Amino acid sequence: MPFIPHTESDIREMLDAIGAESIGQLFDEIPESLRLEDLDGVPEAVSEMELQRIMRARAGQDGAPLCFIGAGAYDHHIPAAVWELTTRGEFYSAYTPYQAEASQGTLQLIYEYQTMMTSLTGLDVSNASLYDGATSVAESALMAVRANRRSKSARILVAGAVNPVYLRVAEAIAGNQGLNFELLGLDAGTGLTDPSTLARYEEEDITAVVIQQPNFLGRLEDVDALTDWAHARGALVIAVINPVALALLKPPGEWGESGADIACGEGQPLGVPLSSGGPYFGILACRKAHVRQMPGRIVGRTVDLEGRTGYTLTLQAREQHIRRTKATSNICTNQGLMVTAATIHMSLLGAEGLERVAAASVANTRKLTERLSALEGVECVYATPGFHEAVLRFDRPVTPLLEALAGRDILGGYDLSEDFPELGHALLVCATETRTDEDIEAYASALAEVMLTVKVA
Amino acid sequence: MSNVPGELKYTKSHEWVRVEGDGTAVIGITDHAQAALGDLVFVETPEVGATLAAGDACAVVESVKAASDVYSPLSGEVTEANAGLADAPEAVNQDPYGEGWIMRLKLDDPSAVDGMMSAADYESGLED
Repeated sequence: MPFIPHTESDIREMLDAIGAESIGQLFDEIPESLRLEDLDGVPEAVSEMELQRIMRARAGQDGAPLCFIGAGAYDHHIPAAVWELTTRGEFYSAYTPYQAEASQGTLQLIYEYQTMMTSLTGLDVSNASLYDGATSVAESALMAVRANRRSKSARILVAGAVNPVYLRVAEAIAGNQGLNFELLGLDAGTGLTDPSTLARYEEEDITAVVIQQPNFLGRLEDVDALTDWAHARGALVIAVINPVALALLKPPGEWGESGADIACGEGQPLGVPLSSGGPYFGILACRKAHVRQMPGRIVGRTVDLEGRTGYTLTLQAREQHIRRTKATSNICTNQGLMVTAATIHMSLLGAEGLERVAAASVANTRKLTERLSALEGVECVYATPGFHEAVLRFDRPVTPLLEALAGRDILGGYDLSEDFPELGHALLVCATETRTDEDIEAYASALAEVMLTVKVA
Repeated sequence: MSNVPGELKYTKSHEWVRVEGDGTAVIGITDHAQAALGDLVFVETPEVGATLAAGDACAVVESVKAASDVYSPLSGEVTEANAGLADAPEAVNQDPYGEGWIMRLKLDDPSAVDGMMSAADYESGLED
């Protein structure tokens, strides 16, 4: 679908038709005093050639470190074909196509994406994506408040170790819309939600319970028990998932007696490269009963008058271009290009490939933690089942260790001391399928050396 | 020409009210409203037990192109919602004053109905 800008003569013709002299005249009603002619402190424009040079030099500063950080974004292998195809002109747009007759390919791709997501989550419907994992949690909470009409409290319980950034973003987006997020206690001994903290909510009106699986510490929560507990109290269940983990774990649609109601999460592990926090994309799937409260639209497959298969946007009557302030969300768009990459990524890997990625990541993380905890002063904190992340505890502060490792081009992990001070000098590490035995050995020997430079505390 | 039954009361926002002898009233949207909306694909009915004030948004009627609010014409408690609309929203199009009813309200003040528009008033409003 070509995008051709207006030519000078197109613009002249349109201005003549409405009797305006210039485009500037269309903005006459903005007073002079409010107009900004120049921006302060912005340097002169540079040529493409100069800009490329500047950006290459800056990109070079990143180096090519060995990455052992997870904590919500993961360094997985992306087959070369994924972005070769994604960046073809026919796909190259961040937006949902409204003009069905000109966009059958993109619409079919979104249809395939939604089909894959419902299959991974075990739920009935998926939207065409949101901005990222954090906003998908906020949107899921807002959706739960609309969908759970029996509950009047707009109270959202958040199980123990949810990604702290997700919680902060959810509070920022939904806090002023009357939602209250309350964190359930974490059992520092198991790395899991403390079941004894549930007791104080027995008689309370709870709208929804957010359960991250695997949780932020990489542990596997007892999602069946938590789901049944929530449902028995009339609360909806929001599952926060990692799509790669779903290749091995029970899908949210099968949690407990009746399954989670909504699943959300970060889509980045599916074919989107690590990139300073984005662009990534958010996943959102739910039961059919809640589809009219789901933000966004879905693509449906149908037949035309001659019986040929066709794809079309449907179920968008609740979006803001129609419902205004009463729309299901003020986020009207999605991350179409990231979804394109994810769909191609999943189609290349297949169910078996995704499962192998997940299994290799689990195995590598186990190798990593076994190797590192063999060092004096390092212990692996949890023996509870986990996915591809684990918590290590040190006998000395983590921050200077990470700085020293970064000097050796190793990103050693995510420092937990700020978000989880109760865990002590704790570090969250991850080794995906891209880490080799040599990488792990390089990390272990570098760590052994830098530990000599940091005092025991 | 829209069908505007003489025995019902109406609102400017195109709801109708049929007062029953027991202090309750049945409420729906008019023939004119259903025709303007086009084929309905979904009707979100109110929760039984909900307390509504006159003018509160109480239901949503959704067509392929738009979703519109239905406003409660009177104050009261919802005692019944038309569960049949979940599977057959087209009843509102086909029989807006019968099978397509939306909810039953136990009125706080049955005499408030007297202040509503008559069929003749509503019909003349449609002609303007």
